[in-house]
Amino acid sequence: MGETLVITSGKGGVGKTTAVANIGAALASRGYCVALVDADIGLRNLDVVLGLENRIVYDLVDVVDGFCRLKQALIKDKRHDGLYLLPAAQTKDKTAVNPEQMKRICNQLKEINVSDEAGGAKYFDYIIVDSPAGIEQGFKNAVSGADRAFIITTPEVSAVRDADRIIGLLEAEELPDPQLIINRIRPGMVRTGDMMDIEDIVSILAIRLLGVVPEDDAIVVATNRGEPVIENSGCTAGQAFTNMARRIIGEEVPLMNLDVKESLFARLGSFLGLRQR
Amino acid sequence: MGFLSRLFSRKKPSKEVAKERLQLVLSHDRMDIPPGVLEPLKDDLIRVISDYMEIDESGIDVRFNNQDSEEGRSLVASIPVVRMRRERTR
Ligand SMILES: Nc1ncnc2c1ncn2[C@@H]1O[C@H](COP(=O)(O)OP(=O)(O)O)[C@@H](O)[C@H]1O
Ligand SMILES: [Mg+2]
Repeated sequence: MGETLVITSGKGGVGKTTAVANIGAALASRGYCVALVDADIGLRNLDVVLGLENRIVYDLVDVVDGFCRLKQALIKDKRHDGLYLLPAAQTKDKTAVNPEQMKRICNQLKEINVSDEAGGAKYFDYIIVDSPAGIEQGFKNAVSGADRAFIITTPEVSAVRDADRIIGLLEAEELPDPQLIINRIRPGMVRTGDMMDIEDIVSILAIRLLGVVPEDDAIVVATNRGEPVIENSGCTAGQAFTNMARRIIGEEVPLMNLDVKESLFARLGSFLGLRQR
Repeated sequence: MGFLSRLFSRKKPSKEVAKERLQLVLSHDRMDIPPGVLEPLKDDLIRVISDYMEIDESGIDVRFNNQDSEEGRSLVASIPVVRMRRERTR
């Protein structure tokens, strides 16, 4: 039976959609069947990050309102076998769906057979919900069907503060023990003492860490093109998302050393055309 | 800020400032007691204090004062006493 994950944050713009797209793609490249659900109704984004914006016919609200069947609204990803998107509605607002309905959709996704072959059977192993910013109904919708929650933050005072608030709210929603994703770490600034490091943030929030993503220009480039960065295996952010996907499926993967890239040895290595990892 | 300029300015690294500010702001945020906690607390207070004195339950006011003091916030209870009991009821 599949598992529903939600990635949420409180603060906007910290990387929820980027993380959902990339972790989803990484899981799909490892052979898992994954549904990505955009719960940011009215401000849909996941479709453009995945480059699927031109394929949308029906959306989540159409499914809830009974205008189409769930399977009709699911869009197959262009690049990854087994990766699907359930897009949000763009012209409605967050109240178009309630937590009960969202929960029902997540449960239906666990049971739907997405195989194209007659007589074949393929079920979702993971359903990943992209949460809107905020703590109102959109957040409640996004977490309502989830079995596990992940909180993403950047190393800034405001984002960590909002993450702390979300941890409390998740407890109230009976999703205790969420895991943390720290995004946009800049190793150079951490080294000079101008950015909080992983340890600082983890000890303040007192939750388990899923992974750390460095600030990476490759994310901007990939988002421009509408493709996840994990395609670009040479980039550290892509590697970080792959590592998180592996931890989600239960593998033990050590945190990568983000300083490595800037060490003299590595610089020499890349100069000579060697590649780490 | 580079290593050299920090050496001369003797300023705290900005991440230490960030950490301190974050810890302070979180200690306040986390103290926010949901209303669902204050009501049962009030009932428990009434029960305990009634063992010692007769109180006017309608005049009870229990709240956290929002003024930040050195020690953080405090719980303030104003409980009108009608009379003392000579003997504890329990
Ligand atoms: N690690 C990163 N490095 C560089 N840019 C990033 C990184 N993570 C996110 N971004 C950029 O930050 C912006 C906000 O990210 P997004 O995933 O849309 O956040 P959210 O869904 O939380 O609002 C996007 O433009 C995205 O490309
Ligand atoms: Mg988003």
